[in-house]
Amino acid sequence: METLSNTPGLEERAYRIRRNAVRMGEVQGQGYIAQALDIADVLAVAYFHAMRYRADDPTWEERDRFLLSNGHYAIALYAALIEAGVIPEAELELYGSDDSRLPMSGMASYTPGMEMSGGSLGLGLSIAVGMAMGLKRKKSDSRVYTLFSDGELGEGSVWEAMMSAAQYKLDNMIAIVDVNNQQADGPATEVTHFEPLVAKLEAFGWYVQRIDGNDMAAVTAAFDAAKAYPVPQPRIIVADTLMGKGVPFLEDREKNHFIRVEAHEWQLALKALDAGRPA
Amino acid sequence: MTRGAPVMNKPRLTTSAMIASIADADQPTKAAPFGNALVEVARKRSDIVGMTADLGKYTDLHIFGKAFPDRYYQMGMAEQLMFGAASGLAAEGFVPFATTYAVFATRRAYDFIHQTIAEENRNVKIVCALPGLTSGYGPSHQATEDLAVMRAMPNMTVIDPCDALEIEQAVPAIAEHQGPVYMRLLRGQVPLVLDKYDYRFEIGKAKLLCDGSDVLFISTGLMTMRTLEAAQKLAADKIAAAVLHVSTIKPLDADTILAQVRKPGRLVVVVENHTVIGGLGEAVAGVVLRDGIAPKFRHIGLPDEFLDAGALPTLHDRYGISTDAITKQTKQWLE
Repeated sequence: METLSNTPGLEERAYRIRRNAVRMGEVQGQGYIAQALDIADVLAVAYFHAMRYRADDPTWEERDRFLLSNGHYAIALYAALIEAGVIPEAELELYGSDDSRLPMSGMASYTPGMEMSGGSLGLGLSIAVGMAMGLKRKKSDSRVYTLFSDGELGEGSVWEAMMSAAQYKLDNMIAIVDVNNQQADGPATEVTHFEPLVAKLEAFGWYVQRIDGNDMAAVTAAFDAAKAYPVPQPRIIVADTLMGKGVPFLEDREKNHFIRVEAHEWQLALKALDAGRPA
Repeated sequence: MTRGAPVMNKPRLTTSAMIASIADADQPTKAAPFGNALVEVARKRSDIVGMTADLGKYTDLHIFGKAFPDRYYQMGMAEQLMFGAASGLAAEGFVPFATTYAVFATRRAYDFIHQTIAEENRNVKIVCALPGLTSGYGPSHQATEDLAVMRAMPNMTVIDPCDALEIEQAVPAIAEHQGPVYMRLLRGQVPLVLDKYDYRFEIGKAKLLCDGSDVLFISTGLMTMRTLEAAQKLAADKIAAAVLHVSTIKPLDADTILAQVRKPGRLVVVVENHTVIGGLGEAVAGVVLRDGIAPKFRHIGLPDEFLDAGALPTLHDRYGISTDAITKQTKQWLE
């Protein structure tokens, strides 16, 4: 058990989440590594600053719920759950393997700490609306966090959920949209016209903050503000992130939605992360 | 395909309301059996909530909404959202009864039912009006393939009740059942039929309503009302028909079906208010064939077509699921 004095800082947590993700990527030789690297700072803040949970009791009734709508980001969430102690680090070796609890796409029935089965996109916010309603019915002060991607803005159900959350004043909902501007067929902004996102989301009745999702201070402040905001509205953080963040040769790889990394490059990636590790 | 010019000088029935009454003029009915039964269950169970996608008044859920306004969620015209949110409420320990038309649930929100409800085995009750051919509004509103779609989904229990009595009994039963349920709904003034047959609904149980040595009707939902009427008409011609009512389409009561089909010398006629593809008929055929039985087997259901718009009595005759059509067809098969 770590004492308060040597508790890792959020930068260190983010480094370790990235490292876990790269190690899992190496197991499969490929995967959604660039997304895991871009969202690690947000996950570090969610799991080590903002959220209430018990690592040894993932279904603890008073926990905050974290919904991973974009199931292909599972590698990122596993990396965070391993760092949080919900999943033993040894299981990292089993990522995407037969009979593993860590399938390539996130599924609630497989993984402790996974609250929903994603994979098909645009599901998370709808489930979150129901969970937030349910928590209010139970007079619980737990919050529902939902991570989804800019590509999912193309799914109509996202906007259905946006309107309903505002209708029911679900101030216990905090959504994070990862704007890395990359989806399967190319830059997200070239696939679906979703900007100006802040104006759209505000018009839908949400409290909106737009931040650099790789600036730890900004991410921390945004989560704090989302929790403290006094108006009964759902809250959303638009996090602009950089695909492959922390591994320069992945950051500028042209096609980085689903990365195939050469065998020797995994060690290079870990070295790059080590080079940027906080002191 | 365009249609030819209509004949203008003959008397004609009109489509009338979207939800035409399925009760005959002189038939006993009960009003809103689903809404009233749900209120009864919810009086004893605070975990039950109601949800609708802008069709509360058209699924009889508005009765629940009036009785329990704080447990009634209007989700708007957003079926995907509604079923996703139903999953979320179920995850928090509530038992949502989510209502819309069968077409909108099974077509528009299929993925949400599949992924957020069935795959996670969440305790959501999906209750859907306008099943099969019970609207004259054409394919947009005719849920002719919903049973096939929902039967194929793992974890899903699928129920097609016959009348008001069965709906009243099914509501507490599905509330008690752990896991997702898809139930077809008859709403408004719903015929009352099964009260004369000492009937008791049980999930997963087929029930023999009347016996006879010439024909075995195996029917579900509204069609059981029709096969009972057909059996009476056939009796006038000295043809004895049995009616096996199978309101749980999944899990199918194979034991009871096989016990009835094994009785020799009877024509087996499966009757359903659903396309002949993937519904009760093919389910029964599968059970029977896998058991090595080869009865004389016939199937009455809706054709594999997009059906016409029009008045319900016209359409039920046209597509062979009216009492007269069932009776006539069966007689021909027996000749």
